[in-house]
Amino acid sequence: MFKIIKQLTSVVAMFAVLFAFSTETMAAKKSKTLENTKKRGFVRCGVSQGLPGFSNADESGNWTGIDVDVCRAVAAATLGDATKVKFTPLSAKERFTALTSGEIDILSRNTTWTLSRDADIGLTFVGVNFYDGQGFMVRKGSGIASTGEFKNGTSVCTNLGTTTELNMRDFFDSKGISYEPVVFEKADEVVAAYDAGRCDTYTTDKSGLAAQRTKLSAPDDHVVLPETISKEPLGPVVRQGDSVWEDIVRWSLNTMIEAEEYGVNSSNADMMKTSNNPAIKRLVGAEGELGAAFGLDNEWNLRIIKQVGNYGESYKRNIADTGILPDRGPNELWTKGGILYVPPAR
Amino acid sequence: MNNIIKKFIPQILAILFVVLIFGFLTLNAQTNMDNRGIDFGFDFLSQESSFDVQFSLIEYSGSDSYSRAFLVGLLNTLLVSFISIIICTILGVIIGVARLSSNYLIKNSAAWYVEFFRNIPLLLQIFFWYYAALRALPMPEKANAWFGVTYMTVKGYYIPSMVWENLNVFLYCGLAAIISIIVLRNYASKLRDTQGKQIPVLLYSLALLIVLPLLSFLFGGVSLGFELPELKKLSKISYIYEGGISLPPELIALVLALSLYTSTFVAECVRAGIEGVSKGQKEAAASVGLTPNQVLKLVIMPQALRIIIPPTTNQYLNLTKNSSLAAAIAYPDLVLVFAGTALMQTGKAIEIVSITMLTYLTISLTIAAIMNWYNKKIEIKEK
Repeated sequence: MFKIIKQLTSVVAMFAVLFAFSTETMAAKKSKTLENTKKRGFVRCGVSQGLPGFSNADESGNWTGIDVDVCRAVAAATLGDATKVKFTPLSAKERFTALTSGEIDILSRNTTWTLSRDADIGLTFVGVNFYDGQGFMVRKGSGIASTGEFKNGTSVCTNLGTTTELNMRDFFDSKGISYEPVVFEKADEVVAAYDAGRCDTYTTDKSGLAAQRTKLSAPDDHVVLPETISKEPLGPVVRQGDSVWEDIVRWSLNTMIEAEEYGVNSSNADMMKTSNNPAIKRLVGAEGELGAAFGLDNEWNLRIIKQVGNYGESYKRNIADTGILPDRGPNELWTKGGILYVPPAR
Repeated sequence: MNNIIKKFIPQILAILFVVLIFGFLTLNAQTNMDNRGIDFGFDFLSQESSFDVQFSLIEYSGSDSYSRAFLVGLLNTLLVSFISIIICTILGVIIGVARLSSNYLIKNSAAWYVEFFRNIPLLLQIFFWYYAALRALPMPEKANAWFGVTYMTVKGYYIPSMVWENLNVFLYCGLAAIISIIVLRNYASKLRDTQGKQIPVLLYSLALLIVLPLLSFLFGGVSLGFELPELKKLSKISYIYEGGISLPPELIALVLALSLYTSTFVAECVRAGIEGVSKGQKEAAASVGLTPNQVLKLVIMPQALRIIIPPTTNQYLNLTKNSSLAAAIAYPDLVLVFAGTALMQTGKAIEIVSITMLTYLTISLTIAAIMNWYNKKIEIKEK
């Protein structure tokens, strides 16, 4: 029956597009989405149905993860309270329809930024909060140590509606290996089928593999292969057509990353107001009028840092300390050998 | 004049209302999609799909177009529906007749079967057959051969494939056999009507069906070989069978669940049909000297079928629509391939959902049309 309910929701979402009145004429520096968000009193945020480290709900329904933190940052900036977020768990298949039909205002669901998604389907990517790449997980006992050892007839379990499906085709085609894609709608179903031995390998983004491995019956019997077969820049997405809202989300994320760069964190943010460095002062709202550009007050960025923390804190809390990916790899600041680099907030 | 106005005004208003609503919806969707920068159009159908599908009846690869991916999904939906309809019909008739048996054990086990499978949600049954049965199956290297040459494993059911030579000659012979059977049947019924003679049509038909194709082997140069599945090592611990035909476990689980579930409804239709023929008919037929077989074939069944067909049509339609639950267990049907992957990759939600809905509508109407035709054929001919 849940399938039918799912189909119903997608039909409802479709009709939402059909019925929604077309009143979104944009005045300069005025964001309809921001106005509606303030009126509503909470930010509507689309997240995954449960991916530890990125967006995952505990027993009491509290969401945590670095994707969740992006939405919390926007709530802190616009509403002054990082807890004022309504999370909507979405499958990979439902996510874009939910955003374009106006069910949610931010999609922060480990979504890969690609040209066709950005240009084609009414979406705008605002940045990257995690640099990922697709990898493969296999059973340790198989003795497979690299993707070069896959043979014709390998069965591959993966998720529906992701760039993964396209990447694995590119990968196996370029290697000239025939394979059997077994494609499930939900991540839990993929894990169950791989665990049952239906597939020889499980492919998705490496961070996802690391997170899903913990759900297997014997996680230690499985290993993620070293190769990365694709670029997967994951980041938050907004609807096309509201450039102010787009800027708010982009700079909320950038603020978190820049705060880490300047050593500003949730515990020292208030003290930084008296810093000698003008860049830091701007970052905590003690100098300049940065918020005015979005129609926000001047402490929007201070609230993000105080309530959510900087990117490093968010990463440590959600991904490193949970044991998913202790090593930050490319997701380290550019000053420390990574590729996290954001334009200056000035 | 007044009457005409009274008659037509409401109807015209109703039509106008429907047209206006549709016009409004279309216009609204158009403006909203424009505002959000979404294009509407079916151009994407000819673009390269760039994704692969696990199981396909036709040649398909990622370099084919979305329209071909649609066809792959459609054929997979039709395949699973077709197989399940046949199995559920056979099972349903057996169970339905068994429910009327005078044997206590047969009658009650049939009743239990119906109550059990009818009252568990279909999706749960699909999950059960897929996940529970899947875990119970052996890995390819540990599988025992069934019938010597087929292997049931967690990765699928591997059976030998047939390698034909001069297949066309064989097919012509089969066609010739079918044509001669039709001629024979017509001749037999003429003989019966004019001279009252009975000839064993069934026996002759079977003989024709066997002998003619057999001749093609002996004289037509037709030969049939088998390609057996062979175990192949993929890595230290994983194996697969190569050669032959592989039926994916997703297909098997789906067929099992759909046919077991729907057969209970068909069984009830069959039982209702047979019980719906009045007892007097049977007794009257027996009293004019027909054998029990003839009573069933010539008197009971023709009347029972009239009651059985219409509700059974509904069950076939339900089965076909229920096959869309396939997406839950990774069977690449229309919903998974087209309304799933293709929709995701193109983002053309309105176009793809509309195409998918129209396709299911067409399939259902076609099945209904075929069954209605059959129903017409067997209904009482009023003279």
